[in-house]
Amino acid sequence: MENKNWKAWLYLLPAIAFLGVFMVYPLVDVLVYSFEEGYNSASQTFFGTGLYNYSYVLHDPYFLQAVKNTFILVIITVPVSTGIALLISLGLNSIKGLRDLYQTVFFLPYVTNTLAVGLVFMILFKKTPYSDGLVNLLINWFGGESVDFIDGPYWAKMFVMCFYTVWVVMPFKILILTSALASVNQDYYNAAKIDGTSRWRTFTRITLPMISPMIFYLIITGFIGAFKAYSDEVALFGTDLNAAGMNTIVGYVYDMLYGDSGGYPSYASAAALILFAIVFTITVINLLISRKNVHY
Amino acid sequence: MEYEQIEQRARRREQTRKTLTYFFLSIWALIVLFPFYWMVLSSLKSYSAYNSEYIPKFYTFAPTFQNYRDAFTAVPLGRYFTNTLIFTLATTAIMLVVILFAAFAFARLDFPGKNVVFALFLALMMIPNELVIITNFVTITDWGLRNTFTGLILPSVTSVFYIYLLKENFEQIPDELYKAAKIDGTSDLKYLFKVMLPICQPTMVTITILKVIECWNSYVWPRLITDDEAYFLVSNGIQEIRENGFGRENIPAMMAAVVVISVPLIVLFLIFRKKVMAGVSRGGTKG
Repeated sequence: MENKNWKAWLYLLPAIAFLGVFMVYPLVDVLVYSFEEGYNSASQTFFGTGLYNYSYVLHDPYFLQAVKNTFILVIITVPVSTGIALLISLGLNSIKGLRDLYQTVFFLPYVTNTLAVGLVFMILFKKTPYSDGLVNLLINWFGGESVDFIDGPYWAKMFVMCFYTVWVVMPFKILILTSALASVNQDYYNAAKIDGTSRWRTFTRITLPMISPMIFYLIITGFIGAFKAYSDEVALFGTDLNAAGMNTIVGYVYDMLYGDSGGYPSYASAAALILFAIVFTITVINLLISRKNVHY
Repeated sequence: MEYEQIEQRARRREQTRKTLTYFFLSIWALIVLFPFYWMVLSSLKSYSAYNSEYIPKFYTFAPTFQNYRDAFTAVPLGRYFTNTLIFTLATTAIMLVVILFAAFAFARLDFPGKNVVFALFLALMMIPNELVIITNFVTITDWGLRNTFTGLILPSVTSVFYIYLLKENFEQIPDELYKAAKIDGTSDLKYLFKVMLPICQPTMVTITILKVIECWNSYVWPRLITDDEAYFLVSNGIQEIRENGFGRENIPAMMAAVVVISVPLIVLFLIFRKKVMAGVSRGGTKG
């Protein structure tokens, strides 16, 4: 028996070692960093402990800009992407022919490198001296003025950012909702049909309650994912997101850690913990709401 | 007579609804596909043709492969590619071994403290990467592993979620099989590889595919840990190309690089379409 215990731990050893070094220890360490004031990464010294890092981060205009950008992104993209995904899934569910083809096409963004395809979006939206770009061409056709979506006004940049984010997150949502819709028991629909229930009523009284757990799952993961937005923004606006005014909270963390403005792990830690607190709070609120409204 | 009219009207309404549905789905399909079309199209236009089009054209009659040649010669795209391949294969392979042993220990072996350890593992699933990446960056830098494959690979060779997924799968294998094997004198290790692994092959394939996608697209960690171009992965490579590659605004060559980077995963997806989609709906999150 003794021998067997020893063996079991041996099987677990690699996993425990890796998780210990790269997850458990960092978790403690990030807290320590965030309270060490004036930490110098070159000499590894600091001159005090306290809340200064948090106060610095919360007063940093770049951080506030990042928080604003992230919140706008979350508030726009989560409902929009979930709503459109629901419409598409309902559409997919109601057709027979070409369904596989549509599903395959809709899934494509999931398997693409977001950095690479972001570049294509940048080119579609960018206005250069040589060309106004394709999107501006369409706007001109409809009688609008050209706008530079990449280096132009704030709302235009925000629009591209939201549009690209929705494009990227859609496949996952469509996939989850399509399988949720397909798993609703057909008997309910047959019963509704016999009773002559209208389509809208069938949707609100049968379909929606039956798939509500999945919708809430998507809203929660959507919130979490959107709060961590970063690489999509890099793809569109380049690595210097502060200069573009389009930084996100995660982007702020990495900028503090590394790069031209980097070398401040303490500020990065404080910002990361603030982000974690925000995401945690919103997830808890979501769970509380879902407990009231979701039909299990 | 009246009955027939009602039926006809219903049929017509059904027809309209169907047409509208197809129309709506096609619009989204167009939005999804258009960027892909545009990147392939732009990559086939010559540099001068592309830059002379103030109003971009939707087609080209003179496709050229020069941009692809440029993508591999003017910038080290080939090296980015090899790096990504090495990184992806090594990370996935090591991770599969690590999670296989861990899942086996949790599913089949009995030892004191097992449930506590497993609960702790599950708790780790809630930890976002952003929180631990700061220290990992410092750790890897302190170990002198920046700009090495070891440094790139080490932090991402375990995944609690995949251990959990595999353990659930292992537990579905009846106990009797294990006991029978024990009576026959089969060692644990042999049982794991000869019996459990073949049975759980579908789950292993799912995990492999998800991990390969994740590795191929990883950007943040490689960016932090490499600043030597010799160790860039494709994501960092494309960013480098965008900022300092090809000189001024050689967008066709840039698009050729984007096509080259995008193709492997798309091909992989088209081959294993069912498996990828089933796998993602079981365990994928992105956005």
